Amino acid sequence: MMRRPDTAEVLGAVRRGGWTLGIYLVLLGLVIYTWILNSRYGLDTLAMAALPLAFAAAGQAVVVISGGIDLSVGAMMALTSVTAAVLMKNAGEEVAVVVVALVLLLGIAVGAVNGTLAVITRVPDIVVTLAMSYVWAGTALLVLDRPGGGAAEWVQDVVKGDLLDLVPRATVILALVVGIAWVPLRRSRLGLSLYALGSHPLAAFRSGVPVQRTKVASYAICGFFAAAGGLALTATTGIGTPTTGDYTLKAVAAIVLGGVSLAGGRGGILGPIAAAYVLAIIRADLVFMGVDPNYSTMIQGGIMVLVVMVAGYLELRRRRR
Amino acid sequence: MTDLLLEATGVVKTYGAVNALREASLAVRPGEIHALLGANGAGKSTLVKILTGAVRPDAGTITLRGQPCQVRSPAEARASGMVSVYQEPALIPDLAVRDNLRLTGTPIEPFRAWVAELGITTLDLRALARDLPLPTLRILDLARALAIAPDVLLLDEITAALPADLSERVMDVVGRQREGGRSVIFISHRLIEVAALCDRATVLRDGQTVGVLDITEGSENEIVRLMLGPAANGLAAPGGPREPAVASAALPAATAVPAPDASTPRLEVRGLRAGRKLQDVTFDLRAGEVLGVAGLEGQGQDELFAILSGDDRPDEGELRVDGVPMRFRHPADAIAAGLVLIPADRMQALLLQRSVRENIALPAVAPVRRWGPIAMRGEGRRVQGAIQQLQIDTRAGAEVRRLSGGNQQKVTIARWIAGGVRTLLCFDPTRGIDVGTKREIYHLLRELASGGAAILLYTSELEEIQLACDRAVVIYGGRVVDEIPAAEANEARLLRAAHGLRRGAIA
Repeated sequence: MMRRPDTAEVLGAVRRGGWTLGIYLVLLGLVIYTWILNSRYGLDTLAMAALPLAFAAAGQAVVVISGGIDLSVGAMMALTSVTAAVLMKNAGEEVAVVVVALVLLLGIAVGAVNGTLAVITRVPDIVVTLAMSYVWAGTALLVLDRPGGGAAEWVQDVVKGDLLDLVPRATVILALVVGIAWVPLRRSRLGLSLYALGSHPLAAFRSGVPVQRTKVASYAICGFFAAAGGLALTATTGIGTPTTGDYTLKAVAAIVLGGVSLAGGRGGILGPIAAAYVLAIIRADLVFMGVDPNYSTMIQGGIMVLVVMVAGYLELRRRRR
Repeated sequence: MTDLLLEATGVVKTYGAVNALREASLAVRPGEIHALLGANGAGKSTLVKILTGAVRPDAGTITLRGQPCQVRSPAEARASGMVSVYQEPALIPDLAVRDNLRLTGTPIEPFRAWVAELGITTLDLRALARDLPLPTLRILDLARALAIAPDVLLLDEITAALPADLSERVMDVVGRQREGGRSVIFISHRLIEVAALCDRATVLRDGQTVGVLDITEGSENEIVRLMLGPAANGLAAPGGPREPAVASAALPAATAVPAPDASTPRLEVRGLRAGRKLQDVTFDLRAGEVLGVAGLEGQGQDELFAILSGDDRPDEGELRVDGVPMRFRHPADAIAAGLVLIPADRMQALLLQRSVRENIALPAVAPVRRWGPIAMRGEGRRVQGAIQQLQIDTRAGAEVRRLSGGNQQKVTIARWIAGGVRTLLCFDPTRGIDVGTKREIYHLLRELASGGAAILLYTSELEEIQLACDRAVVIYGGRVVDEIPAAEANEARLLRAAHGLRRGAIA
């Protein structure tokens, strides 16, 4: 049993991670294509534009992997975005550090409320989070009833431009947040519990997973990423935006494209993040190509359906063998 | 008594109107293998769930090593030295074996040792649990439990669906738990195993402990008597294969459709091939007979039944129903041709959240009315007829998932009987079902056969072939390797053939 991985095992690993690998290849292809199409359009702009969605997708992925779904991601982003903008406006540059930390904590708390309600009431997650999305959206409007507020200079600079003229800063930030917040977690017992809960709740319970706590944790993590997304919104636009509902369903689209099973238990967050970028690039490319915006949304939808069908077909073939 | 390791007394649990446990008790001594027996619905599963903390009792006390003990979750039970291996493996399908071990904090080295001890020589800890076959998963689940050296090990039908060789290794390992004062609570419907392995037995009936006995020569009869209770003892007499067939004269004529022509087989299977699992299967199934299919795990029987029930398509070969060639593209085609499936896994057949009545009425082989609203009264009459014929306990009938396993299996059969049955494909219909219900089911199959139905019966318990079938085909490596009349189909002959041996010693 203790031996070095042979070819079959390497192939197995590639097969398991194949979807994620594929989506990164697609992303690479699209980046090159975009560069050929319009070399003046910088990658940094694109990375910035896709940053909020990438965070939203990461959060949604965690919840869906754990067997739930969070329809309040967009509303949580709005709430955290305006909170950050209001607190940062007229505040010193140093205070902004505290604001960023506070807003991330707010996201965790808001997410935990979602999860706790779902656990206590035993109402299906989709219903609880749909209802809570109105609560958080309303709260966001109370904080700031129209786009406004501000963002500290360094917060705006941190996502702007390229690092060493090479990698977009927005991508670096994303990699840092994911690297610090998710990678260690994924390898911890909590990470395993998240997958266990989504894969087979009864078996998870019987394996000693604290089912309810794990579920609350999954929503809290989602809240954290939603807050990161809200901060990204404020940072990239320089103001707070109280209505961002669109992000919820785009995040769901991104996780499906990114290889997360809506049935739970399968996938990761790197795939969805890449998928968020793919969606953003496709959108930008269609604009460059002068496609009517109405057609462009139809094309995006068509691509989604096609991809999901291919995924389903691959899964079917894998099982048959 | 302080020399008991685990004691449960006066345990009561009610679910709504159903008393799952009325007055259950269980006393386990250190270093004994204790059988927990009872018909389906007697309350075994509920008692196990209470002992392992998955369910909380309404009343009763549980003491472990003389100390009152209240576990609230499987994790707490594990911490206090009680580990359970359930009927369905508790490994997380989407996690690698190694991660499953990390999840439960199981030490890897002892786990490896137990896996090897239990007869699995190659295991990649990086394999996802969902990619492993069911018997392997059960072994891994058991090894994971053994690896933390529990004082009390609860085994719920551990040998069900295990091939014979693995079963033997498991029994051997379980028997050796006695050393060092460890105890095992052993739940099984295979009384032969209980007799071979266990020291004492507690028998439950209707949620009550009705007897505790030492296992000695011939205690099987006593156990069966206790399990069935005074009312059902007529069924307990171990009848030969022919005996139920005589009783079938009383069968209502409408239940089975007579064969059009006795000379044409109801079902002809010729050279069936599909994928790698099914190579070449040929046999005839005639109206009025029960044909047994015997085989070890994974010899192509799953694929055979999937094709016959229209769930899968063959690569090659021919199917004829009443002499007419058939190509099923969908289970509906098979059902229309009169081929209906009773799967081993009841979850595949039933709508768990719906009522007994809806479940029985759903397939509607011969609909009460083709279009428009359902004729409720006609449907109700048919459903009632089927319920009575199978003696289904419908007290919890508003939702099928609340019925006991045996009752659920009866519902899966009743679904087809309500509309009249021509060809019944039974795939291990008695898996995990108690002796009493098993006998009822075999009795029913004989009745249906003598009423003109054709029945194909796969069973994982070889001794049952002789009980229910007229003849048997043995499947090995995707081929039919032998055909044996019931009179000669004893376990030894079947086992030899099932291992691919024409003669010689049992492998």
